[in-house]
Amino acid sequence: MQAILPLLVALPLGVAFGVVIVAHVPRLGRLTTTLAVAAVLVNLVLAAATLGLGPMRLFIGGWGAGKTLGIELVCDGLSQLMLLTINLIALTAIIFAGAYMRRFTSPWLFDALFLLMTGAMNAVVLAGDLFNLFVFLEVAAIASYALVGFGCEAEELEASFKYLVLGTIGSAFILLGVTILYSVTGHLNMAMVHEAIQPVSGSPAVLLAAAALLGGLALKAAMVPFHAWLPDAHPSAPAPISAMLSGVLIKASGVYALARIVFNVLGPTIPYANVLMALGTASMVIGVFLAVGQWDFKRLLAYHSISQMGYVVLALGAAAGVTAGGGERWIAQLCLFGGLFHLFNHAAFKSLLFLSSGSIEQQAGSRQLKELGGLARRMPVTSFCCRVGALSIAGVPPFNGFFSKLIIIVALVLAGHPVLAALAVLVALMTLLSFIKVQRYALEGQPHAETAGPAAGTVREAPALMCVALAILAAVCLLAGLAMVPLRDRLFGPAGDALLGVLP
Amino acid sequence: MGVAIYLMALAVLLVGLYAVVAKKNIIKIILGLLILDYAVNLLLVLVGYRTGGAAPIRAPGQSPAEFAARSVDPLPQAMVLTSIVIGLGLTALMVALAVRLHEKYGTFDMSKIRRLKG
Repeated sequence: MQAILPLLVALPLGVAFGVVIVAHVPRLGRLTTTLAVAAVLVNLVLAAATLGLGPMRLFIGGWGAGKTLGIELVCDGLSQLMLLTINLIALTAIIFAGAYMRRFTSPWLFDALFLLMTGAMNAVVLAGDLFNLFVFLEVAAIASYALVGFGCEAEELEASFKYLVLGTIGSAFILLGVTILYSVTGHLNMAMVHEAIQPVSGSPAVLLAAAALLGGLALKAAMVPFHAWLPDAHPSAPAPISAMLSGVLIKASGVYALARIVFNVLGPTIPYANVLMALGTASMVIGVFLAVGQWDFKRLLAYHSISQMGYVVLALGAAAGVTAGGGERWIAQLCLFGGLFHLFNHAAFKSLLFLSSGSIEQQAGSRQLKELGGLARRMPVTSFCCRVGALSIAGVPPFNGFFSKLIIIVALVLAGHPVLAALAVLVALMTLLSFIKVQRYALEGQPHAETAGPAAGTVREAPALMCVALAILAAVCLLAGLAMVPLRDRLFGPAGDALLGVLP
Repeated sequence: MGVAIYLMALAVLLVGLYAVVAKKNIIKIILGLLILDYAVNLLLVLVGYRTGGAAPIRAPGQSPAEFAARSVDPLPQAMVLTSIVIGLGLTALMVALAVRLHEKYGTFDMSKIRRLKG
């Protein structure tokens, strides 16, 4: 069954190039989106198939275990969780794009870049060696730079260039960290680096490598103070790409890689835990304060992404602190369950919100909250799904965001951080406030005559494909909250244990 | 001598970082990113170097142990090649974006390319 693992990477990459060829064949050119949807659907099925199989490892090129050279794919509990998240969100985004991208010229280019990004993210979460991780981080990042500037309008190009400059600096520091770790240990394989680094884990070279890696990856994850690119880049992309960037890219290439490096490569220590908790708390609090004042719907969502990812990193940091401080294992497991559950939930509800913002922007012609209004009657399906997403992110029971935030807050108290738990409650209230504003201005009431957008009076429901994508994500938001206990046993428990143990 | 050469790689890295942070011209920012990239590549090659080492090509009849004792470490060289190719792709994208930005804004000055705010 290990043959699944390279397929998860090779299929989207192969179809990405296939799409470019098909687009130039006469009469077949319109099939590219169908091809992309099929590829992502197969990928989701493959990702789901890995769930029951336990940890797997595969050596590319027949190098075998114990060699420092070969490329290794590792699929443990955390990889399985990330694979499922990435491909689920990718499927809804590409279904949505089928209807949304018609207004752009050359949608095949979009499909090819989208598949490139999805395949590279699958490879990031499967990578078993540090250099492979870096290479696929770069592939995913280059595809996302191009996708942010896809519309080629002035603002989009500006956002893309800013994102590219900061992303490249982040990548250079990640490679610097990998280089130093290689020079210290002589290995690239994560499990072997972990073993070799134990006797020297406090040496200046390892600390320098850790600083470079944590800084670079925090930039990829848009943690405050490295967040400046995100509020420009995520809203500028087409809506399905905003959903992918906020929903999974900052998780796969930022938070996932941070967690892997800290827990499975460097090994959790008190300083690393403190760095993670400081980054998480700063992002959580500052992100939400910046979000409250926003009137651009997508920009508001982008700032909330910073804030919500703060919760995840804070929970990971608390787990690292408990592990390093010799605390009880079940508290660390609870922290990780909360963090990873929130990661999955954020992927679902933030993609849902970004897709509904795209649907509203396309139908109503604006994404400024002050220019919208009364959409609840004119766009019932989109409004209903948007409400589900808003209630989820605001932490209203019985939606999934409530449960994951509750678990994080309880876990923080148990881990001995009551002040941080109180801050998390405060941020949850601010989030609720901010999304009441969205409800009030976009969905309720009437558009104000003097500020209304051009098409405010004649808005109609979005095309069926877009509504289907929204409905799938809304169902995930509701079901993930209700099915929390079975999900913990099957999905999140093994993922947390993968971080607390060693790589297979 | 041993430490000085690593410090030089660090100096190159800082030059690149300075250009990215302090310069306003897009072309200079791109050059800064390239210098940053080169500094890391340089360090990567230096990590695999050994004084007086042979090129990592195994001569006919040479045993693996003998090869490992004499040659420089070939792995970082393979990594640097990959990294250079990634850098090439990035450079192409950066230059293409710079051309498009110049078409839209009519300038390469980053301080005048500021329509996004908030």
